[in-house]
Amino acid sequence: MAKPVAVQMKGISKFFGEVVANKDVDLTVYEGEILSLLGENGSGKTTLMNMLSGIYFPDEGEVVIEGEPVVIRSPRDAYRYKIGMVHQHFKLVDVFTALDNILLGEEMPRYSVKERAAELKEEAAEPRYVVDNDDAEAPVKTVRATDTKAGRAKLALRTAVLPVVKLFKKAQFNWLPRKRGQKAREIAAKYGFDIDLNKKIYDMSVSEKQTVEIIKVLYRGADILILDEPTAVLTPQETEKLFDVLRNMREDGKSIIIITHKLNEVMEISDRVAVLRKGEFIGAVNTSETSIPQLTEMMVGRKTDLNIHRGDPVGCEERLTVEGLSFTDHEGVQKLKDVSFTARSGEILGIAGIAGSGQRELLETIAGLLRPSKGTIVYHDPATGKDENLVKKSPAKIRELGVRLSFVPEDRLGMGLVGSMDIIDNMMLRSYKRGIPVKIDKKHTVNVPLILDRKRPRQLAERIIQELEVVTPSTHTPVRRLSGGNIQKVLVGREIAAAPTVFMAAYPVRGLDINSSYTIYNLLNEQKEKGVAVIYVGEDLDVLIELCDRIMVICAGKVTGIVDGRTTDKETIGLMMTDSLSSENSEEVAND
Amino acid sequence: MTNIKTDREPLFRIVKRDNIARGKAWGIRIGAVVIAILIGAVVSAILGGGSAFGTFFSGLFEGVFGTPRRILNLFQNTAILLCIALAVAPAFKMRFWNIGAEGQVLMGCLGSVVVIQYLGGQIDNFWLIIVMFLASVAFSVVWAVIPAIFKAKWRTNETLFTLMMNYVAMQLVAICIFAWVPSGSGVLGTLADGRFPLIGGQRYILNIILVAVAAVALFLYFRFSKHGYEISVVGESENTAKYVGINVKKVIIRTMVLSGVLCGLAGLLLVGGTNYSVAVDSVDNRGFTAILVAWLGKFSPPAMAFTSWLYVFIDQGAKNVATLMGMGEAFPDIITGIFFFFVIGCEFFINYKVKFRPRKKKAENPVEEVAS
Repeated sequence: MAKPVAVQMKGISKFFGEVVANKDVDLTVYEGEILSLLGENGSGKTTLMNMLSGIYFPDEGEVVIEGEPVVIRSPRDAYRYKIGMVHQHFKLVDVFTALDNILLGEEMPRYSVKERAAELKEEAAEPRYVVDNDDAEAPVKTVRATDTKAGRAKLALRTAVLPVVKLFKKAQFNWLPRKRGQKAREIAAKYGFDIDLNKKIYDMSVSEKQTVEIIKVLYRGADILILDEPTAVLTPQETEKLFDVLRNMREDGKSIIIITHKLNEVMEISDRVAVLRKGEFIGAVNTSETSIPQLTEMMVGRKTDLNIHRGDPVGCEERLTVEGLSFTDHEGVQKLKDVSFTARSGEILGIAGIAGSGQRELLETIAGLLRPSKGTIVYHDPATGKDENLVKKSPAKIRELGVRLSFVPEDRLGMGLVGSMDIIDNMMLRSYKRGIPVKIDKKHTVNVPLILDRKRPRQLAERIIQELEVVTPSTHTPVRRLSGGNIQKVLVGREIAAAPTVFMAAYPVRGLDINSSYTIYNLLNEQKEKGVAVIYVGEDLDVLIELCDRIMVICAGKVTGIVDGRTTDKETIGLMMTDSLSSENSEEVAND
Repeated sequence: MTNIKTDREPLFRIVKRDNIARGKAWGIRIGAVVIAILIGAVVSAILGGGSAFGTFFSGLFEGVFGTPRRILNLFQNTAILLCIALAVAPAFKMRFWNIGAEGQVLMGCLGSVVVIQYLGGQIDNFWLIIVMFLASVAFSVVWAVIPAIFKAKWRTNETLFTLMMNYVAMQLVAICIFAWVPSGSGVLGTLADGRFPLIGGQRYILNIILVAVAAVALFLYFRFSKHGYEISVVGESENTAKYVGINVKKVIIRTMVLSGVLCGLAGLLLVGGTNYSVAVDSVDNRGFTAILVAWLGKFSPPAMAFTSWLYVFIDQGAKNVATLMGMGEAFPDIITGIFFFFVIGCEFFINYKVKFRPRKKKAENPVEEVAS
């Protein structure tokens, strides 16, 4: 490639304790290109970029810019080398306007009194003119400003006022004029950002916040932009807009690195793809010369079947009917507005929506963790045929009623499992209340309350480890020490072991590698075949469309429509996620 | 030409340890204790002249093991401290920051003394002690459960609440003493009734046995009972607890009742087995020391027994050193302060390791380095 090199990373390694995050990675970024950094979760993409942007310091290796090895110890150092990063979790001050967030942390141009004084002195000491009499006898004489008393006094005075000048400059720098931010506006206009910079951050959508972050990085003069999973929070339409902007920036000669694990986007936007696997650099290829299967193989290390085998729904009895459900949180924000839907047995109901649209609240309300302000949740018990209203019942109460509800929450270690406990004790969460079984005679056993039974949970733990291929040193390892995929397998395994009739999962594949993700999808499909009503909250629209029988889209706590997973497409769902289609004609568009 | 920039790599970095071998962790801890004692010796040498360095060691061990009585004192003090540590452990395990053990134990003392004052001499000593136990427990439980109820029902801050309750307890004791001793000396003399029976001709033995039983019971409670399990779950994650159907409010209140029972026991031991009286400073800050002891022992009763023994060892030894060398009352505090500083500080080195910048041999042939 003829393009000049922007930055080069040579032999970079980073260790966290015994964990190898990066091992001997060589990465070259050229000017004016979009480079995708592709890899599974936990392959060390973000760590590598954090070293480039000054968050971490590499244990081994060096970063080379313009042929010189450089040391980047802080994000400030990174900006000095024109490297800026947009993190996955935005770092913005909510109560400030976009503009003030952009200006925030701007460095004052360096002004050193000492250096300036030395400069003045040098300037004054410079020969002003040379007296060169025609008289050859007289010596050549150099005249300096400091030769005269007045000249010396002037120098002393100028040196003396330097601190005052500095103070003045500081005051000027700290002054926030009303019409500030001309430069930021120019940047926004230049690359085609569509944003009002005077809007407060708390009024902004996720995509607008991202735009602010990008402008902030550009404002600081970055020529190399690193974006960490920029599309994870965007709708398909917003993603398209972002890509347009990125292309504009490329035309302008900027280098852009996108951290991602979405293959479609890699193919669409990038010029080159660099692949990391388990912290190691596998290779870099030109996008035009590669294909999705080849990239997958590089990423995973072997050929992988990336198809979800969706069977037809079985049974399809109504299992859970939610009617007019509303929920307002303790801050008075209405998170759910009049949500109604039915979950049927033997079917996967997907829930799509921008992150934070009320998905979490919806599941937690059904699980009995939150109390809705209005509405009903009716469970149709397949065993007895009775209907139970679950509203305003605690999880314990719901379980006592014989409602077999399993829930894999978004926050695995904060709500599903106890991180510091081992797998056995985590299995026990579901069963400990039964107490320990004691044999009275050959036929009868009695559960003695108050004392814990670790035998049955141990058997369950061993079974789950075996069946779901959980990688763990032993059943006594605290679950926090396991990798994300294994933690999720433990949790899903436990919830499935409870033999549910309704299975709810919120972002069950978030942070998982490809193989673990497909294990989870298969488990969900298995549950569906067993006649369980599965509710799946997901973020990857491609997966939702492939996996779910029906997809309910919610936007700001409102249901904007329920579509058929077999006939709909990404664009339709994307529009529904921002409520750009009214719910009446959504079905029609889906069928186009 | 040296490359100045690469020298700007930080001198050292702090790296989180993932998993430290048990032996290594204990090695670090023992090393910390040894260093603490050595520094203590150096400090006493500075304060008391060169010869004090040796006196410190002999005084330390003599003060603890010098006479059978001192050995018995060591175990008695350990027992009381451990009893209070056992009392705070369940709450802390639940992340309920109860710093009111001082007041809760003091209320336990007051409960016993009230019983002695009004029933002493009228009933059999055995039954008197039983009633004292019940009264101590009742007083302590009330003191412990009030903040728990407020926390469970209205989510008040338990740290401030329990701290304030300490002062209320002290004032209550002061008022009671004033009522009983109208002469104005403000000191309640030792009481003849309600003393624990001697075992083998020695005082304190019953104290030690009772605390040992309590420690074993609490160990079993944490390890094998449903309640103990629920405490761990609530402490780790309240949301997980709620989701699996644990009534968090109930667990908070129940655990604080347990805490109160153990504080009541400590109060009874202080009155019936040790002081035979009550004063505003009966507990002598052990309600706070016990928190440190419990943390250092990671809320595991066997480890807590060891840490309280170690603390009492240092404290009692340092007191003897102070007497021997005429150092005054602040000296034991200095020594225990040094002890805690090192023992707590060493946890940092257990959780993290310090990695120094690798030494580069650039200075010798800088040209090559740059060329490569």
